[in-house]
Amino acid sequence: MPLNIVVCVKLTPSTANIEIDPATGSLRREKMSFAINPFDEYAVEEGVRLKERIPGSWVGALSLGAPDSEAALRESIARGVDEAFLISGPAFEGSDTFATGYALAMGIKKIAQIKGRVDLVICAKQTNDSDTGQVGPAVAAWLGWPGISFVKKVEEVSDKFLRLHRMMEDGYDVIEADLPAVIAVLKEINEPRLASLKGKMAAKKAAIPRWGAAELGVDESKIGRRGSPCAVAQQAAPPARPQGHRIQGGSPQEKAKQLVEKLQELKLI
Amino acid sequence: MMNYGLTEDQLTIVRLAAEIAEKKIKPVRAEYDEKEEFPWPVIEDIRKADLFGVYLPEKFGGFGGGNFELVLVTEALSRACAGIALAVAASGLCAIPILLFGNPEQRQKFLPELASGKKLGAFTITEPEAGSDATSTRATARLDGDHYVVNGVKNFCSSGKAADLYVLFASTNPSKGPRGISAFVVEKGTPGFSFGKKETKMGIRASWTYELVFNNCRVPKENLIYKEGHGLRVAQGTFDYSRPGVAAQALGLAQGALDESMAYIRVRKQFGKPISSFQAIQHMAADCATQIEAGRALLYSVARAMDAASKPAVDEAIKMGLPVYDVLEKLSGGKRWTKESAMVKLFCSDMAMKVTTDCVQMCGGIGYMRDFPVEKYMRDAKITQIYEGTNQIQRNEIAAMMIKEAASSERREAVNA
Repeated sequence: MPLNIVVCVKLTPSTANIEIDPATGSLRREKMSFAINPFDEYAVEEGVRLKERIPGSWVGALSLGAPDSEAALRESIARGVDEAFLISGPAFEGSDTFATGYALAMGIKKIAQIKGRVDLVICAKQTNDSDTGQVGPAVAAWLGWPGISFVKKVEEVSDKFLRLHRMMEDGYDVIEADLPAVIAVLKEINEPRLASLKGKMAAKKAAIPRWGAAELGVDESKIGRRGSPCAVAQQAAPPARPQGHRIQGGSPQEKAKQLVEKLQELKLI
Repeated sequence: MMNYGLTEDQLTIVRLAAEIAEKKIKPVRAEYDEKEEFPWPVIEDIRKADLFGVYLPEKFGGFGGGNFELVLVTEALSRACAGIALAVAASGLCAIPILLFGNPEQRQKFLPELASGKKLGAFTITEPEAGSDATSTRATARLDGDHYVVNGVKNFCSSGKAADLYVLFASTNPSKGPRGISAFVVEKGTPGFSFGKKETKMGIRASWTYELVFNNCRVPKENLIYKEGHGLRVAQGTFDYSRPGVAAQALGLAQGALDESMAYIRVRKQFGKPISSFQAIQHMAADCATQIEAGRALLYSVARAMDAASKPAVDEAIKMGLPVYDVLEKLSGGKRWTKESAMVKLFCSDMAMKVTTDCVQMCGGIGYMRDFPVEKYMRDAKITQIYEGTNQIQRNEIAAMMIKEAASSERREAVNA
């Protein structure tokens, strides 16, 4: 049976040097470059692979964020996604994982209306900016669908269920989940392909609908800062690493001797 | 790199090919060179990126570009490894004769598979006794009912055994000598077609080079390309279009060697200073960069001029259901690109040999070592002076065209006087 799949993606900082404005405690977005969340590349790839595996399937990408989040959606199309949708607007600003999960779930319901149904939602296990790993499970909870995180393999997809491998510390669980379902996938699940030429051309041309709170029909008390039970009290950059000690000159033997002396001086050995 | 006024689509192609070169080819090139294995996983990456068909019309599943787009892809991939890039170029060498000389059925049957990269192509003209002198082809193809029965041996076939489709040259009428040679498409797996010796080579070792053996191999009659006895015309017409691809390989690898060398000479210290601060090194690097840019400027202008002339002919031929070559003859008054394509192949491959040799020299002892990538570029460069016609043959062809052009302009003047 062909599946309708939605992959959730996010535009996140693509640099390790994140600057935080000490006055507001929020990210200095204007100083940073952004790209699709690296973990999302695996989610997109798995969606596209399932589409290729099950003839007639369709895969869409959905994002919640500022208008520039379109970049993450276009990248998803370049990598093989069929269509993309953006949830954006001032009402969503400041959403925590609870409110984000709600907004995405509403977006998925709207996609289900447009496409007839949605069978599977794929999220990455986390983003590289806020690292919570909560949005995938939250989407599942809001939809009332089974939610499985830490998925490292989709072993079988039938009409009614998915058989998955969920990574555990000491091995993996084999889980069968009814469809529709939400899964959050790990990096181990696949090796993402690069964009294709035809994909890039399609991404350039794609019209991406942008849904605000009204179009989505959301309960505004559940989104944005107002709808978020969690608030970030403070954000700070980690202190800069102190400069290391460099052992200079001489033969390797001399350097080794200096190193041992230094370690003894610090009472580390 | 200088701004050559590439279109947005062309820039997208270049960036995509460069990304594959960087992420998928660079990390594995030394291993494939060492083991002389065919780089199937990389081929799969190139295929998934749609880079096999950039130069083929959209009607056949290509991207609708021309020779210039093929040049851009080949250059970008060769910057990482010319051996791996050869799989794309060799497929092109199979697709070009089908595109230029094939009939509508042949185009429709074979080009989509080559454009998607689902099948790889190869071209086989060389024989033990027929290298530069293709007129002494000994392989024969005798018509027997609905089939040609092919017998003979071909050698030095690039992408041999890896490819699924082969453009083959054999004599349908040995008594006619050069005018008896014909071209065919032969599919791998045709009974009587087998693979002989696998060559071990100096460079481009990620590409398989095989001997092909034909023993009463029955090739369907409809696989004859163009007409009986026109094989050498097919070969020459193909080379006119494919030699810029060899030039692109040479250009890309020369640039790759210089990139690696520039990174090294700026960190390598001798006499207390980076060796890039010495004028002896600076002058070599400056000469390399200047020659590379000269090669690029020549190659890009020739490829663009060829496309400007040939793309309307391709469109027209597809519409009319005729071989492209016939339309091209009519539209361009028989204008051939033999001289210009020989010039770019000659210039860029000689340039690449010089540049890569100098890059090894600039890097000194480490440049000669196999765990540093520069010596491989030098080994890979050598073949570009040899295949698709040695550079001595290129000079012959350039001179022959010059003499012909001079004679015909004198004739015109005499008529006008």
